[in-house]
Amino acid sequence: MSAVEIERTGHDFRESPDEPVLRVEGLVKHFPIRQGVVIKRQVGAVQAVDGVSFDLKQGETLGLVGESGCGKSTVARTLMRLQEPTAGKAFYKGRDIFDLGKGDLRRIRREIQMIFQDPYASLNPRMTVGDIVGEPWEIHPDVLPKAERRHRVGELLELVGLNPNHLNRYPHQFSGGQRQRVGVARALALNPSVIICDEPVSALDVSVQAQVVNLLEDIQDEFGLSYIFIAHDLSVVRHISDRVAVMYLGKIVEIGDADEIYNAPTHPYTQALLSAAPKPDPSARDDVNRIILEGDVPNPADPPSGCNFRTRCWKADDLCAREEPLLETHGVGGHPSACHYAELRSTDVA
Amino acid sequence: MSTTVATGPAEVAGHTTDPDAPLLEVTDLRVEFRMRHGTVVANDSVSYALEAGETLAILGESGSGKSVSAQAIMGIIDSPPGFIAGGSVRYRGVELLTMPEKQRRTIRANHIAMIFQDALTALNPVFSVGFQIAEMYRVHQGVSKKEATEKAIELLDRVKIPAARERIDHYPHEFSGGMRQRVMIAMALALNPAVLIADEPTTALDVTVQAQVMQLLKELQQDTGMGLILITHDLGVVAEVADRVSVMYAGRIVETGSIQDIYERPRHPYTLGLMESLPSMDSRGTRLEPIPGSPPDLQNRPTGCAFHPRCRMARPRCATDDPPLLTIEGAGRSSACHYHEEVHLERG
Repeated sequence: MSAVEIERTGHDFRESPDEPVLRVEGLVKHFPIRQGVVIKRQVGAVQAVDGVSFDLKQGETLGLVGESGCGKSTVARTLMRLQEPTAGKAFYKGRDIFDLGKGDLRRIRREIQMIFQDPYASLNPRMTVGDIVGEPWEIHPDVLPKAERRHRVGELLELVGLNPNHLNRYPHQFSGGQRQRVGVARALALNPSVIICDEPVSALDVSVQAQVVNLLEDIQDEFGLSYIFIAHDLSVVRHISDRVAVMYLGKIVEIGDADEIYNAPTHPYTQALLSAAPKPDPSARDDVNRIILEGDVPNPADPPSGCNFRTRCWKADDLCAREEPLLETHGVGGHPSACHYAELRSTDVA
Repeated sequence: MSTTVATGPAEVAGHTTDPDAPLLEVTDLRVEFRMRHGTVVANDSVSYALEAGETLAILGESGSGKSVSAQAIMGIIDSPPGFIAGGSVRYRGVELLTMPEKQRRTIRANHIAMIFQDALTALNPVFSVGFQIAEMYRVHQGVSKKEATEKAIELLDRVKIPAARERIDHYPHEFSGGMRQRVMIAMALALNPAVLIADEPTTALDVTVQAQVMQLLKELQQDTGMGLILITHDLGVVAEVADRVSVMYAGRIVETGSIQDIYERPRHPYTLGLMESLPSMDSRGTRLEPIPGSPPDLQNRPTGCAFHPRCRMARPRCATDDPPLLTIEGAGRSSACHYHEEVHLERG
């Protein structure tokens, strides 16, 4: 990594080091379903996120995994306030992001940046790479004086492994992996302390994915960044995350240290998810302990009573239909799991 | 419904089959896309063979040309700009590339079928799924509408779509991604083809659903004895189902071998690089080993070995001498690397 030094402004990490950078409490996002032509009545709601709470510590990576429609991207978008939450609180260094006026929100947004999945759609094809990376300073002019901006763009490009002389090129002149690097450089322009990475490597070829994962780890070490890393690829999440939260149908069903989640999952959904992921090892084929779930994720506009997962769960009984399990630590596993019957898999115990 | 196709008919679209020939054989296939600004060779000397009951994986990244040979087998390459510039495709010994379009249609329906990544765009949105499956029987077997519908229900049942009798009247958008992929598999299998080509069949699906669909394909293959060509970029999926693997890079096959050979003793630095760039269950805290650079643009194919600009083993010879795909260590095992004997030494 280059020795380019990025001056960090406006940060105050002198607060107690254990205090989380970001604390999310009871985040809820319902999308209303409306019917009617003239008078629109709300007839229901898609419960995209339904009571999600977690902490993100300084310098930490929290992996958010789950299948499509589980609400992981909605969590990201509400934290950026790209969408307004229905309920809940999210404290960035003690201040509630959801309760900020325009000016304060703008100041906090520079602290929390985002990297998107699709490096083709998230860069404006009519802007040069230099303009794309420098655009955040148009909105936040006090971060960097005008005279220094062009120089800094070059530094940022070099930092993410691109040729600084290419700043007059357009996105289409770069490959997918290089474009994602541009997205990373843009996210770094405002010296954020938190970066939300929403499926940052999913659109990339296998041989290029690893390059971007390494880059994200390097800049995290260099700037002490905290990541929320959203992905559906379980092995990538495991590689990069310190802690992992597993989501199903708008809720976190299990959360804990990456090693605990992967080695000793206690929620049946986590167990099934890990078991279903294809392993690049032919000798692991025909694993008799493999769990293949039946059916699909239920409609989030009409979630099941009690536990959301009970419709696909082999352990489900009357209790699961009646009572929603809380995300709490049970006797086993040592980390919170939202299941009445949380236990280790017999094969994991061995 | 008969469920075995392993011993097919002696005659295919009016041509006599060769009982000793492989089920499907692609030889030296060359496919060019002739565009205004130049010609792209999307497939160059691509050869492989498939036997009944076998699963051959074609592994490659985007732009490697892995889907192109399948499209040539099916005869669905857009022409122009695509042209088959050489080679042959034989089904039970019968040449397909020179066959008139009318006979090709018979092959496509009854002998070789294909499923695609995106089931929503592959299905017709304005007809119910029952109609679309029944159509296969009505057009190709000339059975009555009622009988065709009964067969369609039977088929939906076979691909494990719950409440098949009710769901037959539903439209594609009313099905979830996994269910749509099942509908497409049902359509492909309607006429008991001997070869099924699956082009990234589970890429658009979630992990738990992907496992269901791969399991289903495996079971159906065991039932019918069909040969399966699985085109994918996913090393995990390949490891789960394939018997043999052909690895493609920049329009060519660079390595072939049995599944164990490829994963345990790769003989091409590209294959090795792919394996090493995957995060493993215990790679946390360590750096991943990516392949530097990105896959080449086929219009500006590097000289010599197309992989040499990204290869850590590359020597001067690699930039000038194009390595052919040569048989190593016996039949079915080949590598297109000048230094294939040294690849295992690179393994960290």
